[in-house]
Amino acid sequence: MGHLNQANPVLDTADDRTMILNMGPQHPSTHGVLRLLLEIDGETIVRMMPDIGFLHTGIEKTCEAKFYQQVVPLTDRIDYLCPMVNNLCYVQAVEKLLGLEIPPRALWMRVLLAELQRISSHLVWLGTHAMDIGAMSVFLYCFREREDLLRIYEMVSGQRMMTSYFRIGGLALEPPLGFFEKVKDFLDRFPEKVDEYEDLLTGNRIFIDRLKGVAHISAEDALAIGLTGPSLRASGVDFDIRRDMPYGGYENFKFKVPTQKDGDVWARYLCRVAELRESREIARQALEGMPSSGPIKADAPKIVLPDREKMKTQMEALIYHFKIVTEGFAVPEGEVYHAIESPRGEMGYYVVSDGTAKPMRVHMRSPSYANLQALPQMCEGKLIADVVAAIGSIDIVLGEIDR
Amino acid sequence: MPLAPAITDLEQLKNRPILADLLAWNPGAVEKARFDRDELTVFIARESIREACAQLKSRGATDFLSDLTCADFYPRDPRFEVAYHLLSIKNKQRIRLKVVLGGDDAVLESITSVWPSANFFERELFDLFGIRFLGHPYLRRIMMPEDWEGHPLRKDYPVEGYR
Repeated sequence: MGHLNQANPVLDTADDRTMILNMGPQHPSTHGVLRLLLEIDGETIVRMMPDIGFLHTGIEKTCEAKFYQQVVPLTDRIDYLCPMVNNLCYVQAVEKLLGLEIPPRALWMRVLLAELQRISSHLVWLGTHAMDIGAMSVFLYCFREREDLLRIYEMVSGQRMMTSYFRIGGLALEPPLGFFEKVKDFLDRFPEKVDEYEDLLTGNRIFIDRLKGVAHISAEDALAIGLTGPSLRASGVDFDIRRDMPYGGYENFKFKVPTQKDGDVWARYLCRVAELRESREIARQALEGMPSSGPIKADAPKIVLPDREKMKTQMEALIYHFKIVTEGFAVPEGEVYHAIESPRGEMGYYVVSDGTAKPMRVHMRSPSYANLQALPQMCEGKLIADVVAAIGSIDIVLGEIDR
Repeated sequence: MPLAPAITDLEQLKNRPILADLLAWNPGAVEKARFDRDELTVFIARESIREACAQLKSRGATDFLSDLTCADFYPRDPRFEVAYHLLSIKNKQRIRLKVVLGGDDAVLESITSVWPSANFFERELFDLFGIRFLGHPYLRRIMMPEDWEGHPLRKDYPVEGYR
């Protein structure tokens, strides 16, 4: 037990037949800085231990030193593949604490953008997952469409990745002229692009052989170990927070929740690809039902920053702006756990307020963190090459795991 | 949508779905309850938390552990409130179980035997808050380096600067 004094976790081999293989933290297939300690017997994995924390930046601690509105940009940095979904979860948690009512136009915009983010996040997953398996060209195709989406985010928020577009009480800016046409253009083109990916992968014998029956997990095991999102639905549990416990206007949308029974990498692949199409469908509905006019911010002058125009003409607006920026706004005492369906699973924000302008505690229940726990269970007894497929299939984002 | 005042009267809340299961099992374990902002919080006696989770699981009242976390109310004593967010996928309900812990003896029974998913969450609390979980299979630091001193998410740990 000499390793107890060492700085890094170390696995001991149980007997002479096995050896320890160190996979990561700099390994192309670990999607970031994930270190896996594998005890292997030949090519077979006997035991696996994930070692995380390389990206730990103490975001939860930082949040406690910021005003409520200053936390929004921090939430972008957790899951950098879908920043707006994180923004959404945080602002909705704070809005629940405040009891704020959000105007419909802002709600529809949020749903539209959250679904576009789900598409772009799944595109990164599809591209990298396929590349891990060896299908290089899919990666280029996926990033082509993702680039279109990034341009759309840039158009609406001024940033490609760290958007911080959602604010407590509504949105930061009115969407610019020509925005909806551009989104509509993208959504019209998108289904045939998904067909293109599927042509390359879904019927591909090599791809199927690498994925089918690999890293299987049953529904009971998946629930016990904390899997959520598409990975859970691929094991046959039909649960989607958007449909079953709707939040932020999702009750107005009609969509299917794709599920699979097998619980292997192939099932998770099929689930996510089907979700690409469903997200496009939700975004299309959001675009059609979008109220053409109306406010994008809640009517709460002490919480929501006033319009620039008003600040220049009205004394009160200027005073509120000054007060919000310099001393924040007090949030009534209480605690809220708000969970939404992120592309990876259940994203939950636990916000505790002590009645001041700074949150007392912000905890992120990140889906990747819980999903990663399932990895050893999926891989033990399987081959090393399958680990690569399994990591890709649970779609982890290390920024979100380490926070 | 103005905030409704919180309900803290156990009598008024006793018929709420998951709380009713807890009361039917052991009324002594339920210290108090609060219904605020559409969320039900039940304070559980510290020694019965594992048993309470096991009961809720075996009765089918909850079937998923969403989250396990903690808030530090320093300098109040007892300072820690550990929160278990349980979900019933079947009935689409959530409940928050809470255990209040003092700073000197921040020790709690691990619920990994009930929910294996608690493993990483409990390690995170051990690492960042210094709460020890008895019966945890591998209670080691998870975010911070193994040789780190102190528990960063405690309120008496500075946000910036050298210690």
